[in-house]
Amino acid sequence: MTAVLEGRDLSVRYGDLPVLRDVGFTVAPGEAVGIVGPNGAGKTTLLNVLAGAVRPTGGTVRFDGRDITRARPDQRARMGIGRAFQIPRPFGGMTVLENVVVAATHGAGLRGHAAHRRCADVLDECGLTTLANRRAESLGLLHRKRLELARCLATGPRVVLLDEIGGGLTDAEAAELVAAVRQVRSAGTAIVWIEHIVHVLVQVVDRLICMDTGRVIADGEPARVLGDAVVIDAYLGRTS
Amino acid sequence: MTGPWQVVRSGRATRLATSGLSAFGLLLFAVPFLFRTDVVQQLTTLCTLVILASMWNVLAGYGGLVSVGQQAFLGFGAYATVFLAQRDVHPYVAVVLAAGLSAVLAVALAPLLLRLRGGQFAVGTWVVAEALALLVALDEDLGGGTGVSLRGLNAYAPDWRRAYTYWLTLAFTLALLVAVFVLLRRRTGVAIQAVRDDEDAAAALGVRAGPLKFALFVLAGVGCGAAGALTLANTLFIQPQSIFGVQWSAYLLFMVLVGGIGSFEGPILGAVVFFLLQDWFAQFGAWYLIGLGLVAIGFALFRPRGLWSLAGDRLPFRLLPVGYALREPPATGRLGGSRRSASRQ
Repeated sequence: MTAVLEGRDLSVRYGDLPVLRDVGFTVAPGEAVGIVGPNGAGKTTLLNVLAGAVRPTGGTVRFDGRDITRARPDQRARMGIGRAFQIPRPFGGMTVLENVVVAATHGAGLRGHAAHRRCADVLDECGLTTLANRRAESLGLLHRKRLELARCLATGPRVVLLDEIGGGLTDAEAAELVAAVRQVRSAGTAIVWIEHIVHVLVQVVDRLICMDTGRVIADGEPARVLGDAVVIDAYLGRTS
Repeated sequence: MTGPWQVVRSGRATRLATSGLSAFGLLLFAVPFLFRTDVVQQLTTLCTLVILASMWNVLAGYGGLVSVGQQAFLGFGAYATVFLAQRDVHPYVAVVLAAGLSAVLAVALAPLLLRLRGGQFAVGTWVVAEALALLVALDEDLGGGTGVSLRGLNAYAPDWRRAYTYWLTLAFTLALLVAVFVLLRRRTGVAIQAVRDDEDAAAALGVRAGPLKFALFVLAGVGCGAAGALTLANTLFIQPQSIFGVQWSAYLLFMVLVGGIGSFEGPILGAVVFFLLQDWFAQFGAWYLIGLGLVAIGFALFRPRGLWSLAGDRLPFRLLPVGYALREPPATGRLGGSRRSASRQ
């Protein structure tokens, strides 16, 4: 089966500093892949490269077998690559509903009734229905995170890129978020998820990639990756 | 919950309000037959203010492109009209052509100015306005620094001339308001606001910012150019230091802030308020300007969504529906009612 998303030999340098070094990986349709690694490992940069926000200095990104290395972020969003930011970035001056309307009408290219239906459904899925007419700037952190996910889903993505959406949440809130991401998965959407809270991550993903200093140091089944001596050394620590 | 919630844009009350307002707009064409000629001239001034306020609102309030140099287009529109009229183009035709030429100017300036962000953009637009003023002041054919009159309209009796100018101004006002309404009502409306709030996040949702900003800048350029040309047709005389003056930007800011930035209706209300204040208090000179400044600051601090938020939030309908609301079926409640019940959660 063709990978829905594929990175080959991806490199990014900021000046003399290499941030990604020859990173390669694939995501199969409907697959959920987790990315872990210490701070500064290049996880967010990798996500930026996949979303088109950072142009790699080397390597290619393929979506459905097509080379999209030079595509702009807005083009990728319309192709079906959805993205949720680490720190939610709601459009503060607009209502929650209007935030989602942007995604449905532009990212998914829906019009009229179809767009409205999509927005109502996504808000319902993410538990935002009763907040729909509030200005987004008035939301608290959990609701902002939900809105971030809702907007991403409203673009009708075939793969979603999630960046530490569990950070700063209580266990109960994180559990809710896991349920929401599970639902996304069961709908057949592939997921690439960066998360520090490993026990949350392994509840959802089929595969785990561990990165360190810009390289992939392990890639495979979660249990195997977490048991890998190199991973324990670089990320998890010996004491655990 | 009784069933799937629905996205609505306008209820029956809103549709009635919109039709009523459109009818009122068309009725305004009858004013020259019903009122004295000085009223007609005053309303012409008011219409140009409405144009300016809505243009600046769509540019800065919706698009986040805070320009303090829209007087560049005002002056350009006015002087383009003079230039064409001097070459035997009928003055009213010249006004229309000047609006078109303002579009050309906006297209030419856009690649330079839209590169700039925030404060840089504001200063950049002002620099353009000052440079154009200097260029005009150096041109003796355009009257240099002392000003120039628009000739060719004295062929008409004064009452008819004022009526014609009023009709042309009203036609421009309505056409531009419709253009703004369509832009905001369509999917471009939410995209423009998304780009204003966070350009990168908007891109991640499929919005391409460049063409949207370009469209806004050109629309505002055409509108302000037309307003300049129409101001000249109304007053028949202009000077570079007044038509290119930065006080216009202060007036724009006042109208939009007081009326309600980022709402379709607010700036129209703001233009009316400004027009009345100018009529009553302009003889106080500098104190009048200081007063305007204080009122604008007061609104910015204590009522950032302007006068319209006082009225608009209480109405059970929108006058011109450009937003969206989610409401619970069955569809018995009015749009405004469900907005509040949902937002109280």
